[in-house]
Amino acid sequence: MSHGPRGDAPPTTASPPRPAEDRAATRRERPEDHACGPVDAPLVILYGDATCPRCQDAARLLRRPPQPVRLVWRHLVLRARGPRPRALAGALEAAGRQGAFWPLLDRLLAQPGRTEDPDLWRAAEELGLDVARFDDDRRAERAAARIARDLQEALAIGATGTPALLAGPGDDVDHGVPDAAWIQALHADRA
Amino acid sequence: MAIIAPGTPVPEITLKREDGSDFTREDLRGRTTVLVFYPFAFSPVCTDQLQVYEELVPQLAERDAVIYGVSTDATWSQAAFREKLGVSIEQLSDFEPKGAASRALGAYFEPAGMTNRALVVVGPDGVVAWSYLASSPGELPGADKVLEGVAAVGASS
Repeated sequence: MSHGPRGDAPPTTASPPRPAEDRAATRRERPEDHACGPVDAPLVILYGDATCPRCQDAARLLRRPPQPVRLVWRHLVLRARGPRPRALAGALEAAGRQGAFWPLLDRLLAQPGRTEDPDLWRAAEELGLDVARFDDDRRAERAAARIARDLQEALAIGATGTPALLAGPGDDVDHGVPDAAWIQALHADRA
Repeated sequence: MAIIAPGTPVPEITLKREDGSDFTREDLRGRTTVLVFYPFAFSPVCTDQLQVYEELVPQLAERDAVIYGVSTDATWSQAAFREKLGVSIEQLSDFEPKGAASRALGAYFEPAGMTNRALVVVGPDGVVAWSYLASSPGELPGADKVLEGVAAVGASS
């Protein structure tokens, strides 16, 4: 339950919180999103941190779900968790510039203990990327701006931790780790 | 216990800062204050909450607002908790007499003898501008709630 503003003041339209139409737009896939899976499958938007074990569990399942899902990954990296979450988000953005967002994420999920810079360089090389370009791109302003935008969006929808999932009907953010029953429920909601 | 309602002047309270000094209602005057009540230091849910709110600190500063964490943990525990989380949000202790300030603001959860999960936003005039009590200690108010509360201060002035 919330109260306020007090007195006869009109409802505030301060930004943020964002207007309802912006919140609705947040729940849709965008052309620039990192997305995989059939376009007609239930949409799952995951705000995540590649160093977070719960996000890793969620992403492992959603990358190979028992029933199809359309998965979108957006970044939710918190300064308080140290420098690596942001470094991995930058690396994923840089890999995405060379069409390898998901292969790099899969690699990070498979080897969650190998996330230092030499590990990232080796991964980029083994994925056939231009490593010098990858290294420039992951530190570029473009990547930082994308990560910052995703964070602000996650805060605006009320994310309180990772993973933060938008899926199915309703406006609530889900912070659980999906399982097969969760995906089944998504399909049931659409039926 | 009902959370303190908007329009109510903050009653006399005394909390302890990390340096051992008192934090009273006089410290609420002159700028907007966000008080974040959470049940226990080191509980995983609180961890996420304060780390998320840490991202708001620059935005709050732009609005001349400051944010504090409040629990019934002792000052030493809170300081260790804050350092473990890697957050800058100052902690205020409601340790002795236990929960007295939280009770005065309606943010105490009697059944468990702990601070409830609640947000109280106080305007520069020392009057509550907005408040929120979670439906259960397991419910985490998002950063959007903090911003909603701070926006209410501007709307009411």
